[in-house]
Amino acid sequence: MTTTALHPQVTGLLKRPRGRTWIGWLLTGLAALCTGLTLMPLLAVLGFVLVRGMGRVHLALLTQLPPPPGSSGGGLGNALMGTVIVVSLGTVMAVPLGVLTAVYLSEFSHTPGQQAIARWVRLSINGLAGVPAILVGVFVYGLLVATGIFGYSAVAAGVAVAVLMLPIMVRTTEEALKRVPQELRWASVGLGASHYDTVVRVVLPAALPSVVTGVMLAMARAAGDTAALLFTALFSNFWPQGLFEPIATLSVLVYNFAAVPFQPQQELAWAAAFFLVILLLIASVVARLVMHRLPLR
Amino acid sequence: MVPDSRSRSSLERWCDRWLVRTTLGLAVLTGLLLALMVGVITWRALPAVQQFGLRFITGSAWNPVPGREDFGVLPMIYGTLVSSGMALLIAVPLGLGTAIFLSEDFIPRPLRLVLAFGVELLAAIPSVVYGLWGMWVLIPLLQPLARWLHRHWGWIPLFGTEPVGPGLLPSALVLAIMILPLVTAITKDALAALPPELRQASLALGATRWWTIVRVLIPAAMSGIVGGTILALGRALGETMAVTMVIGNANQLQVSWLAPANTLASLLASQFPEAQGIQVSALMYAALLLVLLTLVVNILADVIVNQLQAKYE
Repeated sequence: MTTTALHPQVTGLLKRPRGRTWIGWLLTGLAALCTGLTLMPLLAVLGFVLVRGMGRVHLALLTQLPPPPGSSGGGLGNALMGTVIVVSLGTVMAVPLGVLTAVYLSEFSHTPGQQAIARWVRLSINGLAGVPAILVGVFVYGLLVATGIFGYSAVAAGVAVAVLMLPIMVRTTEEALKRVPQELRWASVGLGASHYDTVVRVVLPAALPSVVTGVMLAMARAAGDTAALLFTALFSNFWPQGLFEPIATLSVLVYNFAAVPFQPQQELAWAAAFFLVILLLIASVVARLVMHRLPLR
Repeated sequence: MVPDSRSRSSLERWCDRWLVRTTLGLAVLTGLLLALMVGVITWRALPAVQQFGLRFITGSAWNPVPGREDFGVLPMIYGTLVSSGMALLIAVPLGLGTAIFLSEDFIPRPLRLVLAFGVELLAAIPSVVYGLWGMWVLIPLLQPLARWLHRHWGWIPLFGTEPVGPGLLPSALVLAIMILPLVTAITKDALAALPPELRQASLALGATRWWTIVRVLIPAAMSGIVGGTILALGRALGETMAVTMVIGNANQLQVSWLAPANTLASLLASQFPEAQGIQVSALMYAALLLVLLTLVVNILADVIVNQLQAKYE
C-alpha cells in the first residue's frame, strides 16, 4: 500500500547512501522500539493469564459452584452458564433490531426525508457506540432495576448487553449490505421481485457471512464486558434461579473475586479471566479470517 | 433503488409496505435509544441537581452518612482528567511510532500483518482482565519506581505522598495500554488514506524516507491523528473496570499521582451497589456529567475525522 506503486528509479533514490542516513536509522530504530513497547503488554497480559489460569483448568471447574469463603475447590459453572444466558438474551434482542435498522439505513432511505432520518439514526448510533459501558449499566439500572420493573435480573442484564451490542450490529450489517454488488439488486428487480423478496431472499443472504461475523464480534464484546452487568445482573453464588433473579457472570466473577483475601477465589478469578481471553481471542481470529476470505465485489 | 411496479399481488404489496414500515420503526427506535439514555439519567439525577447544584462539581466532600449527606465530585473529575491525560501522553507517541513502523515497508509484509493483528488483539482483551493483571502484576512491578520517584522527587506535589500501590500512576499506565490499539489503528488508517502522489512527489524531490514521513506525511494526516487522539480520550474518560481495580477508590482530593484516587466511572462502579436514597441520585448526577463529557469529546472527534475525509475526496 505504500512504496509498492513507486517507479523503480524512485525506489533507487531511496537506497542511495546519503549523509543523513544515520538519522534515518535512528528514527527507524525508534519506531521499531515503539512497536515493541506496544506489543509488550499483549505478551505480558496473555502470558500471565494463560500461565495462572491454565493450572486451574479441569472438569470440576465447569460443573461446580464457587466455594464458600475459606474453603477450597469448587468451580465457576454458574458464572459460565450465566454468561451464556445473558449474552444469548442480549443477542436475541440486539440482532433483529440491529439488522433491520441497518436494512432501513442501507436499502430504504432514498427520499430526502428518509435520508434525514437515516443521518440522524447514524449520528445517534455513533453517539451510543462512544458511551462508556458503565453508563449503559446506569441507564438500565435507572430504567428497569430501580423502577422495580425487573429488579436485579438476567433480563435487565440482557437489555444492558443488547444496548452494547446494538451499535456494533448496525455498523457491521450496514457495511456488509453496502458491499453487496448493486447488480444483484438490479437483477432481482429485473426478474420482477418485490422489495421484500429482493431484501430477504437476495441481498441479506449475500451479506450473511459478514453479518454473522458482526454478530460474533458483538457477542464477544458482550461476554467480555463487566461494567454494564455490575448493577443489572449483580452476582449470585448459586446456579441461575431464573431469568428474573440476579445471575452470576464470568466477568463480574473476575471483578468480585480479584481482591478477596482467599486463595481459592483468586484462583477462580484467574481461571475465569483465562476463559474470557480464550473466548475473545478465538472470536477475533475467526472474524479476521472470515473478513479476509470475503470476496470484495 | 427498487422501482415500484404495477403488476404485483396485493399480498406482495402488503409485505413490501410492512417491511419498509417495520424497518423504519425499528431504526427510529434505535435512534431514540441515546436520547432515552440521557433522559433517564437526567430524570434520576434531578433530586441531586436540585439539592447540590453546581456545588457538586466544585465540592470535594463525599459523605453518604444519612442526615449529613454532602456530595462533590471534584476529586473524581481531577482523577478522570489526570489519568486520561497521562494515558494520552504515553499512548500517542507510542501509537504514532507503531503506526509508522507498521505502515512503511521496514519489515516484510507478512510480518507486518502479524504485528498489526497483535495490536488489534490488544483491543480484544476485556477491561476486567487488564484490571486483574494490573492489580497483581503491574502494581507490584511499579512499586520500586514509585518509591524512587517519592524519594528523589518528593518535593514536587505530584509525587508528594508515600506510595501505597493503587493510584493514578498504575491507572494511567493501564489506560495507556488499553487505548494504544485505537490510537495506532486510526493513525495507521490516516496515513494509508493519503494520496500516494504526496509521497512520490516528496521522494522525487530528493527527500529521504524519514524526511518524507516527518515533513510531508504526518502533517498531511494530522487531522486524522488528532481525531484519533480525541476518540482515544473519550474511551479513556469512560473506561471503568480496569481503572476501578487499580486506582484505590479514594474519595479525598489528593494531588499526588502516587496516592489512591478515583474517577467518575470508577466512582459509579464502586458505589452503586450499596447506594441508598439521595446517594443514588448523586451518583446519577456524576453519570450525567460523564455522559455529557464523553458525548462532547466524541462529537469533536467525529467532526475532525470527517474534515480529513472531506479534504481528500
